[in-house]
Amino acid sequence: MNIAYYPGCTLKTTAKEFDISTKAAAKALGINLVELSRWNCCGTVHALAKDDVMHHLAPLRNLLRVEEAQQSGIVDEKKVVALCAMCYNTLKRSNQAFNADADKAGKVRESMNNEANVYSGQVEVEHLLETLRTQGWDKVQARVKKPLKGLKVAPYYGCLLLRPRGIGVDNADNPRIFEDLLVSLGAEVVDFGYKQKCCGSYNTVHMVDVVADLSNRILSQAQAAGADVVATACPLCEYNLGNRQIEVTKKYPKFYSIPIVYFTQLMALAFGLGEDETALGMNKPDPRPLLREKGLI
Amino acid sequence: MTENSNRMVTIYVMGKKHTVPADLTIMKAMEYAGHQFKRGAGCRGGFCGACATIYRKKGSYKLQGALACQKMVEDGMYIAQIPFSPAEKKSYNLDDLKPDASTFLEQYPEIARCLACNTCTKACPQDLQVMDIVQAALRGDITTTAKLSFDCLSCGLCAVRCPAEIVPYNIGQLARRMYSKYIVGPTEHVEQRVKEVEDGKFDEELNKLKAIDKPSLKKLYDTRDMEA
Amino acid sequence: MSSEKQGLVLHPSPSNKIFRDRVKELSGEKVELCFQCGACSSGCPMTQEMDYLPSKVIRMVQLGLEEALDSKTIWVCTTCFNCEVRCPRGIDVANVMESLRQLILRKKYDRIVLDELSDEQLRELPQVAIISSLRKLTA
Repeated sequence: MNIAYYPGCTLKTTAKEFDISTKAAAKALGINLVELSRWNCCGTVHALAKDDVMHHLAPLRNLLRVEEAQQSGIVDEKKVVALCAMCYNTLKRSNQAFNADADKAGKVRESMNNEANVYSGQVEVEHLLETLRTQGWDKVQARVKKPLKGLKVAPYYGCLLLRPRGIGVDNADNPRIFEDLLVSLGAEVVDFGYKQKCCGSYNTVHMVDVVADLSNRILSQAQAAGADVVATACPLCEYNLGNRQIEVTKKYPKFYSIPIVYFTQLMALAFGLGEDETALGMNKPDPRPLLREKGLI
Repeated sequence: MTENSNRMVTIYVMGKKHTVPADLTIMKAMEYAGHQFKRGAGCRGGFCGACATIYRKKGSYKLQGALACQKMVEDGMYIAQIPFSPAEKKSYNLDDLKPDASTFLEQYPEIARCLACNTCTKACPQDLQVMDIVQAALRGDITTTAKLSFDCLSCGLCAVRCPAEIVPYNIGQLARRMYSKYIVGPTEHVEQRVKEVEDGKFDEELNKLKAIDKPSLKKLYDTRDMEA
Repeated sequence: MSSEKQGLVLHPSPSNKIFRDRVKELSGEKVELCFQCGACSSGCPMTQEMDYLPSKVIRMVQLGLEEALDSKTIWVCTTCFNCEVRCPRGIDVANVMESLRQLILRKKYDRIVLDELSDEQLRELPQVAIISSLRKLTA
């Protein structure tokens, strides 16, 4: 099965471990992720203003590329899989706005009139978690060679994977999708109250202090619930909860470090893939000492 | 003179109406009309990017970009020149740069604002895929950025039209420099040849030529079988 | 009725209505539906940084008070949509915040000054952070 894959800029630059592990884990499951050619930055975040047309061009142009890929037989369906939660949210929301507002759709088409093709609005935007759920968790479980036994994982959804209503990959009030994945990998799921609380998002650029506060709250809760590691699906969350632990420790000296990993890295690990595929050396803080301790690497 | 030499067209240069021969370029037509170029003219051969011009045609809303020395006049053209587009070329030491995506963001962080609106591509008189150039830089793909921007003249038309206030030609230039230095690497054959010259490999031949008399030299030249 | 206790005295003027209508137009949200239950404020992760709670900002919009534009609240909102999910009347509060920001940003105001970001920041920050913050907070 050839599915269009939209990595987004960050997975190609500062979050390469997410891209690497995703491709490896998907391949192991027989999902052939074909990276779109000529994709452009999705221009996250979604432009909410009703009169905005310009900010929808970037996401919708990518969806046009998906259609073109499907028409030329490179991929099988008019569907694109995104991994970065922010890209997923932006692409999906623009798609919805395009389909809901004929006037806006007309203006967007007019602005993209020097493209060879016209976007029909029919591309489906999916997150890999949804793809896995549709395929069936049993298929994921069947592929597991080294179950993540004894690893207590706190699934951190963040915001844009679940919200707003109608966009989320699962029920915004009581999501199960991430937990179901972790169970199928053989890990022990640690539920905690802040799994959907915002990490501070783009405020990490100019309000680092605030991000340190939010991270501290989220991570301390996860630790109090007994988590060994926190899993995420968004490179910005990974940065705010991971790299920013330096700032958290400065402000809260009693805070102790906890590794943050991408869910695809856990998948690759459970599938028995090597270190080139799990790319665990690229995360900050380094999760490997803990994983070694647990006998998982 | 072409068969069009009697045909005249009406153009408007910065608002003033002129009647000019139809078979002239914008640059020649402006000079025909009496304008003297102090800025906005350079090689006159489509290579230097000095004569960036924007124009609209009567009856059309489209704002188009062209090089005055290359584009032929058309009836009903409203013309204005952009001899200089204000842009800062960042000072960097090529030796100190890391060839990755972060370098583009360090030097020109405004590329993060790219809307993928394609306005730059529409403005380019060289028909380059300008949006793809900026997007490739955002992805850290130096090779693609360098190759797509090879024919860029730094005319500035993309920069004046970009709604995100990016200067695409600076991105292309940075990419080409990093590409040459870090990806292509040193040109071995040039270095080899320089060494050969310094080692005196061609000294004997050169001295023979220097000592030869004029008629023999002329004969050698006339019977050459390779140009330059 | 004694007026010993001075509360907020409102003198609605045409400009209030214009402001409120503009926010409603830009966001497409029916702010008049809000009955001040406070669910949005209780779910908001950024309230400790705010001067007015989200529900209060909605109230100000309902009344057409342009003071909402001067608040710190609209600039610390992370558009996490917790408020949208919780609102019992289906108001997307984050959307209203965005409209208030847009009214200021569209007047050439930058909340983040790009030129002030250091080289180190530009190298270390994940690309998505730079892109999204510039999208949200610059003109």
